[in-house]
Amino acid sequence: MTATTAIRIHDVHKSFGRRDVLSGVSLDVARGGKLGLIGPAASGKSVLLKLICGLDQPDRGEIEVLGESVVGKREVELGALRQRIGMLFQNYALFDFLSVEDNVRFPLVQRGGLSDAELAMRTADRLRAVGLAGSEHKLTAELSGGMKKRVGIARATVSDGELVIYDEPSAGLDPVTTQKIYDLLAADQQRTGATVIAVSSDVVALAQFVDEIAFLYNGHIAYRGAAKTIADAPDPAVRQFVRGELEGPLGE
Amino acid sequence: MANNEWALTRAVAGIGTAAMKISDEVGGIVVLTGQVLRALVPPRIDRRELFKNLHKMGNKSVPIVVLTAFFAGGLMTLQSAPFVKKLNATSLAGWGAGYAVLREIGPILIALMFSGRVGANNTAELATMTVTEQLDGLRALAIDPVRFLVVPRVIAMIVMLVALTVIGDQVALLGASVVGRSMLDISWSTMFHSFADNLKPYDFLHGVYKSIAFGGAIAVSSCYFGVTVKGGAVGVGRAVNAAVVAAAVSIMLLDFFLTYTTG
Repeated sequence: MTATTAIRIHDVHKSFGRRDVLSGVSLDVARGGKLGLIGPAASGKSVLLKLICGLDQPDRGEIEVLGESVVGKREVELGALRQRIGMLFQNYALFDFLSVEDNVRFPLVQRGGLSDAELAMRTADRLRAVGLAGSEHKLTAELSGGMKKRVGIARATVSDGELVIYDEPSAGLDPVTTQKIYDLLAADQQRTGATVIAVSSDVVALAQFVDEIAFLYNGHIAYRGAAKTIADAPDPAVRQFVRGELEGPLGE
Repeated sequence: MANNEWALTRAVAGIGTAAMKISDEVGGIVVLTGQVLRALVPPRIDRRELFKNLHKMGNKSVPIVVLTAFFAGGLMTLQSAPFVKKLNATSLAGWGAGYAVLREIGPILIALMFSGRVGANNTAELATMTVTEQLDGLRALAIDPVRFLVVPRVIAMIVMLVALTVIGDQVALLGASVVGRSMLDISWSTMFHSFADNLKPYDFLHGVYKSIAFGGAIAVSSCYFGVTVKGGAVGVGRAVNAAVVAAAVSIMLLDFFLTYTTG
């Protein structure tokens, strides 16, 4: 792994019961790079993200993140690395026992080292950025799906991690909100220079945000190419997926 | 013949599967207990979570415990009344009720009530957090869910079950006295002297020791089934069910063991 590589995944396998979800995934992401990950439903995209964050362990293979291996590590050994990573979960994973404001400031509070004034300022900044100023004291149960997603993004980015992982940042959002979210993610990435890996089913919006897109299919990375030209990829499965065509190798 | 062999094989396989499942769960509970104990050294407990749980689990359980204890105490007097009257031994009515309440009925009834109200709620809450990935969310933020969520709950449940048992004991003795006075015409002073002359501090402490053990069992089993839940809403329901059953069985086994070993 070179100093310019943020994520290096080599020959990673993962099964659940008898079902092989990942069977030899290899992938590199450069520091400061933005990679989109697409693939059919249940192809293992979210599983791969959890493996990168060390939330699950692969059956075999190597995963290095920000210069550290996450394979075979105990929870306590992954703590320092995880503090350098921000993650947005597909189902938000917001803490329902906390208010919106407390959810966003939670990573900063747990890390410590900031004064109350700094905590308040950074939390307010993030909430303003995601358009949730005024919702600080609401509980997460009072929010719509789109608002929850934005709280999740605010929490994932509040600590300016070196690596930010987004699992479906625009799922369930209307086109206008989707565009706003991706503009926000792009502005954030430009500000921090963080490495980004994003999973999304909205390939058109994703392609405007990331530099490259990888296609996860049949347990491995079947294609990887420039985001702007993904619709014209030489792989027929990728073209079918991106264009949403019924006929093609994915339907066979 | 072949059918009999097949039925026998199925029965043996069924027993084996059940034994494996129980071993798996007991092992999981033991591992979680170890994690909780390890997380206590050094004791870095989230105070906000601890106080929130102390209030939710303890203060809000007081009315139901008071109600249960009052009638449990009264019931003990009622049950012993025919014998007390027959033997003309009203001076022992308080002792009979108090002995049973302090040593057995109080701790057990309050623990079962606590398990049904607090333990089940705790399992449902943790299980919902698990299926909605909130525990993974904590781990992704480098926060140990056992230290942050489980430890404060375990401490709160043990402390509050002991406190509720102490309160429940007093209320049960009051209930025994009220029933004795109002339904059996035993005077207040007779009941008071019956308690004071015959009950020993150890009778009270014996129940308190038990409540510590019961609190630990309810806490760890309710947390275990909450954090290991699989599936969605159906899984949450199953986890709550399993936690309540496990707690009830643990309470009975611990009660027998503690009574046998400590008298």
